[in-house]
Amino acid sequence: MTLYALLFYVLSAVVVGSTAMAITRRNLVHAVLYLVLSFIGSAMLFYLLGAPLLALLDVIIYAGAVMVLFLFIVMMIKAVSPEKVLFPLNQWYPAAVFGFIYLIIGALLVAAAPGGDVTLTAAVAQPAAFGRYVFEKHWFAIELVSLLLLVALIGVLLLGKTGSKAEIEDEP
Amino acid sequence: MIVPFGHVLLLAGVLFVLGMFCAVARRNLIMMVLGVEIMLNAAAIAFVGSSLRWHDLEGQAFTLMLLAVAATEVSVGLAIVVYAFRRRDSVDPGSFNLLQ
Repeated sequence: MTLYALLFYVLSAVVVGSTAMAITRRNLVHAVLYLVLSFIGSAMLFYLLGAPLLALLDVIIYAGAVMVLFLFIVMMIKAVSPEKVLFPLNQWYPAAVFGFIYLIIGALLVAAAPGGDVTLTAAVAQPAAFGRYVFEKHWFAIELVSLLLLVALIGVLLLGKTGSKAEIEDEP
Repeated sequence: MIVPFGHVLLLAGVLFVLGMFCAVARRNLIMMVLGVEIMLNAAAIAFVGSSLRWHDLEGQAFTLMLLAVAATEVSVGLAIVVYAFRRRDSVDPGSFNLLQ
């Protein structure tokens, strides 16, 4: 086992472990902090898989901006957690069964697929080359994404401006 | 030499199922948004892995778009959560039953 493989397995164990911790916490702040750990781990995975620019963006956007936004919301709305952490099992056990079946079948497919056992060779996409590639081949998608962000900004503004509780209750 | 490609896909699959569990079973609107976030991250790992598998930058370019979409999704999702919380004073999905 090479150093790369060792790093990959340790990292993926940490990522899966901290995600599992995150989704089972009752306290939302703890959940978000565990998820920050998980996202930093997946940023390191990106770096290991040869995407340094995406690794940095993952830390900045996911572990930084998105998770801090979650923390703000969790602290802002001071919600009392519901008594039950999970929905009653009889409501979602079909979904659980189907999800489990999909996981098994997915694992079998990955094991059986031709080319699934191809060993990855280490390579790095230099940030400059990657940026050039994106802006040469996908400039239109970049423009669309900027439009999407603008639309989201306007939508969030509208949702947030629908003022106080009294104002909302007058509405219907 | 890193690892077989299948192991990357397996990791992404396990993470996706964890996120799906969080989005389906947790009784909290904020945790549901968090679950969608975990699923998007799992998809990003699969994309970066396959980008390395075929030595093609297309997967990484898609991951870039995925990051932007995730940021959009989380901002709109959390705005909706705050709006819903103002209406009902609760983040329990079970309390939004106006249409029942």
